[in-house]
Amino acid sequence: MTHPAFQQGFVQALRGAPGHPAMAVYRNTVVKGCIDALEANFPAVVRLGGRDWFRSVAALYVAADPPRDARLFTYGGGFPAFLGRFEPAAELPYLEGVARLDHLWVESHTAADTVALRPNALAGLTPEALGDCRLVPHPAARWLWHPSLPIATLWSRSRDADDAAGLGHIAWSGEGLLLTRPAQAVQWCSLTAGCGALLTACAEGQTLAGAAAAALMAEPGCDLAAALSLLLTQGAFAAA
Amino acid sequence: MELTAGVSLKPQHFDEAERTRADGLWFEVHAENYMVAGGPRLAWLERIRSCHPVSLHGVALSLAGDGPPDAAHLQRLASLVRRIEPALVSEHLAWSRREGVYFPDLLPFPRTTAALHRMAANIELTQQALGRRIAIENPSHYLALDGHEWSEVDFLHELAVRTGCGLLLDVNNVFVSAHNLGGDALAYLDAFPVAHLMEVHLAGHSPDAHTPLLIDSHDAPVSSEVWRLYRHLLARTGPVPTLIERDDRVPAFGELLAERELAGQVDALP
Repeated sequence: MTHPAFQQGFVQALRGAPGHPAMAVYRNTVVKGCIDALEANFPAVVRLGGRDWFRSVAALYVAADPPRDARLFTYGGGFPAFLGRFEPAAELPYLEGVARLDHLWVESHTAADTVALRPNALAGLTPEALGDCRLVPHPAARWLWHPSLPIATLWSRSRDADDAAGLGHIAWSGEGLLLTRPAQAVQWCSLTAGCGALLTACAEGQTLAGAAAAALMAEPGCDLAAALSLLLTQGAFAAA
Repeated sequence: MELTAGVSLKPQHFDEAERTRADGLWFEVHAENYMVAGGPRLAWLERIRSCHPVSLHGVALSLAGDGPPDAAHLQRLASLVRRIEPALVSEHLAWSRREGVYFPDLLPFPRTTAALHRMAANIELTQQALGRRIAIENPSHYLALDGHEWSEVDFLHELAVRTGCGLLLDVNNVFVSAHNLGGDALAYLDAFPVAHLMEVHLAGHSPDAHTPLLIDSHDAPVSSEVWRLYRHLLARTGPVPTLIERDDRVPAFGELLAERELAGQVDALP
C-alpha cells in the first residue's frame, strides 16, 4: 500500500465505527485533544452550560468542524455560530454571544504587541483637526455589541470564578463589551452601541468625524466625548 | 551551560520556574502554544528564556505526512526559533495532518522506503527553514501495522544519516510500545544509534480502561520500569539532556523538580 493510501484509510478508520481496539485509542486521543482545546478556549460557555453538557456539545462540533490549524488555541472560530444553530440550546439564546466573547478574548490575548495611543494624545487638537483624525484600533482591541441580550454581564460573571452573584439580578437588555490589552493582561469593560459603532468605523478607516456620525446612527443619544474618552483610557487605539 | 535534566513548563508554573536556579536546569514547551503574534504568553516564555535554556518541542509538523509540512506552520516555527533561540528543537516520527485537517495526535505509518524518502525530504526542508538541526522522537505505538520495511530503530538511524538530524529517545514510549506491540524494550535501547542522540524523554503512562493497552498519557510520575530502562541506557551513553515530561494532571512545581532530581540519581535505583 502506498503512503498516501495508508493515511487516507487511517483517517477513514479514525472517523468510522470502532474496529480494532487500538484504533479507538487513536480516535479517543484525537477527539479528546479537540474537546480539551474547546474547553480551554470557551471557559464562560463551560461555566454557563456545565462541563458535561459542554463536552457532549463540543464532541458534535468536533465531528462537524475539525481543527485545521495546529495552534489549537485558535480552534472554535465556528463554534459560536454552531451554538446559535444548536436546537437543544435554543432556550439559551445568549450562548452564541458569550462564546463570541470567549473567542475574542483569545484573539486579544494572542494579538501582536504595540504601544497604545496615550489617553491625552488628542488633547489640544482643534475640532476640525480632531474630526480629520484616523485612529487605528490596537491589534489586541476586540469589541462586540448585542442588541437584545446582556452578553457582557453573562460573560464577565462567568469568567470570574469567584463571582457568587450567579445570573440573578441581570437587566435583560442589549449590552456590549470592549476587550483591550494596554499592558500585558487582557482587560474588559462594558461598551455602548454608539461606542462600539465608533470603534468599528475607525477600524474601517473612517475619520473621527465619520466615526462620530456612525456612532450617532447606532445610538442617537450617544455621548461622543464620553465614548472617545473611554476608548482612549482603555487603550483601544494604537499609537501612530 | 551543560543541560542536565529539564522539566515540561506549564503556564501555572511560570513564576516558580523563573525564580528557580538549579545546575543544568532547562525547560521544554510545546512550540504550537507559543505561535502567537504577541501578548503575555510569549512575554512569559521570553522571560524564562532570559534565565534558563528552553527546548521547543513541536507536535504538529506532520513530518511523516505524505506531503511537505504546512508552509505557514513551518514559518511560524521558524520565527519562534529565531525569537527564543532554543537550546533544542524536536519533532516526531509521525503524521498529524491530512487534506487540511489537523489531528492532535502522533499517528503511525508503515515504515517503507518510500516513507523514508518523504520524511527525509521533510526533515531537510524543516532544518533549512530553521537554519539548525532538529531531533526526531520515537512515538508510542498502539497498533501493529502491516507493511513495515524498516525497524523503527533502523528507520531513525537512516533519517539521521541522510539528513544530519539528531534523535530524541523517549524511553517511556519504548516501554509502552514494547508492551502494546509485544517487543523487547531493552533490545530496542541496545540497538538505538546513540551517536545521534540529542535528548531523552521520560514520562508516566497509564493503563487503558477498555483494553490491555498502556497509554502514553503523560499524567503520572515516571514508572520504576522506565527508570530502570533509563539507567540501562545511560550506562551506554553517559549523561544526556533528559526531560521529565508531564502534560496532564500536572502536579505542583516542586514535585516535578523532585522527580527531576531522580534523573541524576539513577545509580541509586533498586
